[in-house]
Amino acid sequence: MFDTANRKTLIEVKGLKMYFPITSGLLRRRIGDVKAVDNVSFTVREGETLGLVGESGCGKSTCGRAILRLYEPTAGSVMIDGQNILSMPSDRLRKMRPKMQMVFQDPQASLNPRMTVAAIIGEPLDEHTRMSGAEKLTRIYELMDQVGLNRDFANRYPHEFSGGQRQRIGIARALALNPKFIVCDEPIAALDVSIQAQVVNLLEELQDSLGLTYLFISHDLSMVRHIADRVAVMYLGQIAELAPREVLYAEPLHPYTQALLSAVPEPDPETEATRQRIILKGDVPSPANPPKGCNFSTRCPRVMDTCRVHEPAFREVAPDRFVACHLYNDGLPPRPAAAKPAPTKAPAARRKPAANRTTRKTTPGKTRKPTQQGE
Amino acid sequence: MSTREWLLSEQPASRRQARLGQGYRTWLAFRGNWLAMVGLGIVLALIVIAALADVLAPYNPVTGGDLNTQRLLPPLSPGHLLGTDDLARDILSRLIHGTRLTLMVVALVALIATPIGLLVGTTAGYFGGWVDTVLMRLTDIVLAFPRLILALAFVAALGPGIENAIIAIAITSWPPYARLARAETLTIRNSDFIAATRLQGASSLRIIWKHIVPLCMSSVIIRVTLDMAGIILTAAGVGFLGLGAQPPQPEWGAMIAGGRRFLLDQWWVATMPGLAIFVVSLGFNLLGDGLRDVLDPKGRK
Repeated sequence: MFDTANRKTLIEVKGLKMYFPITSGLLRRRIGDVKAVDNVSFTVREGETLGLVGESGCGKSTCGRAILRLYEPTAGSVMIDGQNILSMPSDRLRKMRPKMQMVFQDPQASLNPRMTVAAIIGEPLDEHTRMSGAEKLTRIYELMDQVGLNRDFANRYPHEFSGGQRQRIGIARALALNPKFIVCDEPIAALDVSIQAQVVNLLEELQDSLGLTYLFISHDLSMVRHIADRVAVMYLGQIAELAPREVLYAEPLHPYTQALLSAVPEPDPETEATRQRIILKGDVPSPANPPKGCNFSTRCPRVMDTCRVHEPAFREVAPDRFVACHLYNDGLPPRPAAAKPAPTKAPAARRKPAANRTTRKTTPGKTRKPTQQGE
Repeated sequence: MSTREWLLSEQPASRRQARLGQGYRTWLAFRGNWLAMVGLGIVLALIVIAALADVLAPYNPVTGGDLNTQRLLPPLSPGHLLGTDDLARDILSRLIHGTRLTLMVVALVALIATPIGLLVGTTAGYFGGWVDTVLMRLTDIVLAFPRLILALAFVAALGPGIENAIIAIAITSWPPYARLARAETLTIRNSDFIAATRLQGASSLRIIWKHIVPLCMSSVIIRVTLDMAGIILTAAGVGFLGLGAQPPQPEWGAMIAGGRRFLLDQWWVATMPGLAIFVVSLGFNLLGDGLRDVLDPKGRK
């Protein structure tokens, strides 16, 4: 893990709220809100990957889309390079669009079935540049090379490709305008496990060569552990914990994070046998009617009286470690020295721990080179 | 490399080749459906006959023969294959020239009604909210009237004549296309590729024009083709009631109206144009069904 703490902040999300109104009756009276994203704040530093994990329906994807203003958020601000894109008029927003792009979950649904690959990748170029046909084709070929697609496929239609190849087309389209920031909305969830590693490695390579910043939304904890520098854990529309990857996986603070991580199976049978699962009771409350106090108070194994009344603040309890839990109201409890690994290592060593861990992980990152075809 | 190989190439060299190849594949699928080919044959025959009407028709469709000897001749009379009507005009020639009017009605109604329906439907579906409410209630109002009655009302207001009949039919036939386009738009507008296009900063107009309209097109084309039979029948109905084509124009509906008086004794005067309407309607229906099979991805196995 490299030291991202000293890097410049690229994205700053403050108090982001995305409520979807529930209406009823003839007059469409507003009777409540689905609080898909409720008061979320975090920052993404330049060149890093922020993993955003959580269970289905916790608001991860909505959060990612609201940041790019695909939805009109209810409240909050999103600063990209010091400009608040949520309050920006649409003509200025249009000029900002090339900086931030998105890679979608379902590569089938994210490509227009009536357009050829070249038309899909070239579309953003039509929108934002005045390239001639030949220049555009050169750029399209360049992008196809970058994502490991055969140039001969330029005039084919999306249905003629496999899932992994389609995802490459989606990535090429996102890259067309040289973005700085890409929201990856579960880019691997719809793919075969063998293809997941290829696509993730491609994303990592592109990050290294183009200096991209990712918000990587996923429910795959081991994949996030592989790709992310810092990880944010979401529960019911709010961020429960945000910490550097190593620290979060080694010493989760929030009881929800602890439960979530305890659910990851270990490939090593010996450690698997001793793995202590924290089994949460009950169901996730409805985001239309979240519990009073802490959102997690209904299922938390370490719930206290105050949790049911007061909402915990999301704050920094140790350098670069944020948590929203009353257990840490007085800072971190004293722990054995070994429990807290040093968060700083040599910058270049970032890939190393990932590679070392491949034997322990369910999703290996062995094949670095994306294959040209035949996925 | 043969043309066929060029069209079916796995690695098209240009966008045009890819598009033509796609079209050729659709054609191959269409060709396998013999009923659809019959429909296509009928429609093509209609177009050819309309184009060559002057050459094919043995007599002038408007001026009749000798009123004393050539009135109401039965079919297979020498020189008059399908007989003659009460003004001694050759029915075959009138039918042949009538194809022009039929084709004109069908083509113009399709050209006027389809864009209106597409525009209303995609706009309503894409923007939603009050735009949707206003446009779709308007559509509902038009749909609430029986089509022929509404068309009659419009023709009555505009004055009789084939052009006004066309306008009236077009005004009454766009609502189904609007509904169809709206339903398609609702499924398309939330898909990820529209989100991707919005992320590129594309305007609503561009999204509707470049993404939504092309994707609605195939279902609308199918619907229009299937509706053409209905359009022909409505035009014939308006003609039959004397508000469409005016005498002596050889319009099929008006011909049936003219033959009505002799229905019991000289059945062929009304039957021959009736058969023509039947065959052409059937042709359009078969063609529409065949097109749905190849164009509509939902029906595909």
